Amino acid sequence: MASSSTSPCAACKFLRRKCQPECVFAPYFPPDQPQKFANVHKVFGASNVTKLLNELQPHQREDAVNSLAYEADMRLRDPVYGCVGVISLLQHQLRQLQMDLSCAKSELSKYQNLGLSSHGLIAAAHHHHHHQGINILGGGGGVSSRDHHHFHHQLFPVNQQQVIRAFDSGNGYDASGLLAMNMSSSIGQLSGFQPSRAAAGAAADGRRTPVEPS
Amino acid sequence: MASSSSYSNPPCAACKFLRRKCLPGCIFAPYFPPEEPTKFANVHKIFGASNVSKLLNEILPHQREDAVNSLAYEAEARLKDPVYGCVGAISVLQRQVLQLQKELDATNADLMRYTNLVMNTTHRRSFDGHNRVNVGYGGGSGSFDPNSGYAVPYYCPSWSNGPPGENPETGGDD
Repeated sequence: MASSSTSPCAACKFLRRKCQPECVFAPYFPPDQPQKFANVHKVFGASNVTKLLNELQPHQREDAVNSLAYEADMRLRDPVYGCVGVISLLQHQLRQLQMDLSCAKSELSKYQNLGLSSHGLIAAAHHHHHHQGINILGGGGGVSSRDHHHFHHQLFPVNQQQVIRAFDSGNGYDASGLLAMNMSSSIGQLSGFQPSRAAAGAAADGRRTPVEPS
Repeated sequence: MASSSSYSNPPCAACKFLRRKCLPGCIFAPYFPPEEPTKFANVHKIFGASNVSKLLNEILPHQREDAVNSLAYEAEARLKDPVYGCVGAISVLQRQVLQLQKELDATNADLMRYTNLVMNTTHRRSFDGHNRVNVGYGGGSGSFDPNSGYAVPYYCPSWSNGPPGENPETGGDD
């Protein structure tokens, strides 16, 4: 009664060997995800993965395997930069967002400094008969500007404090601080790379699609 | 027999580590100089020499230096954090990007409200048909749409140990 009801895990299937009950790969490489192990095997090798898993606590192994699978997937998509290209791209995105947010908040503060409010605007519009425009936009957007119009009424948007607080907590967005957890010196070396290749290439080609790694 | 001990080519770090003769065409030699033994040791431990060799052979020569350096980076990250490696940093960065994007969207929404308010007010007084609302806040390139080709595959960990990278060195985010 050789009841081999459990099918071999993806690793043992790939390696063409019998999947033992205590197989270290079995919990993390189910047979319905063959690509996951194939990628990990190609980049890291089965024995390196085994050694790595054996050095971890059992409760850490699932996360370890998933991160290895992600790294392997990235390396196969981008053989030159792998995950480092992803980090580079994200840092670039973060910097861009910080700049955009800074600009947006600067514009917002102009409104806030003017003390604009629905009441103030309407009241001011009624009080002033002159043909005055308002310079809303720094770059001169859709409104033609004539004079700056100072309003005496103030409006504080409900989320103003939240917005300002978020802007001021810039420390949380320091990507370089994150990477200091591993190797700031290596990042210094890596900055000579052409991270723009990964960033610009992905941007230009749009080859990175929002797909979850296997 | 002429002295065959040529001192012109000391073995590269890889061949030294592997205890083999460093031949003139050694694929590792240009990228693993003997004065950086740890670099190869790390890469070997995580990826293995033969995997690295295969990878280098599959890419163009001018790309190999970058490839080796990125592998070295990943190997070092994995040794420092055996569970998440450099993926931990990716995770945190992705969350920060999402968070900043939300804030940018909220700020833009505020700007839109102001702009609409002003436009609607002045429109009544001085404009006779122009109802264009432009929120081109000065100089910015617009919100950075992660779905416009800049997206990277999102890493969704199971967080069995809590989010990685949340230690004082990372700068924290929450």
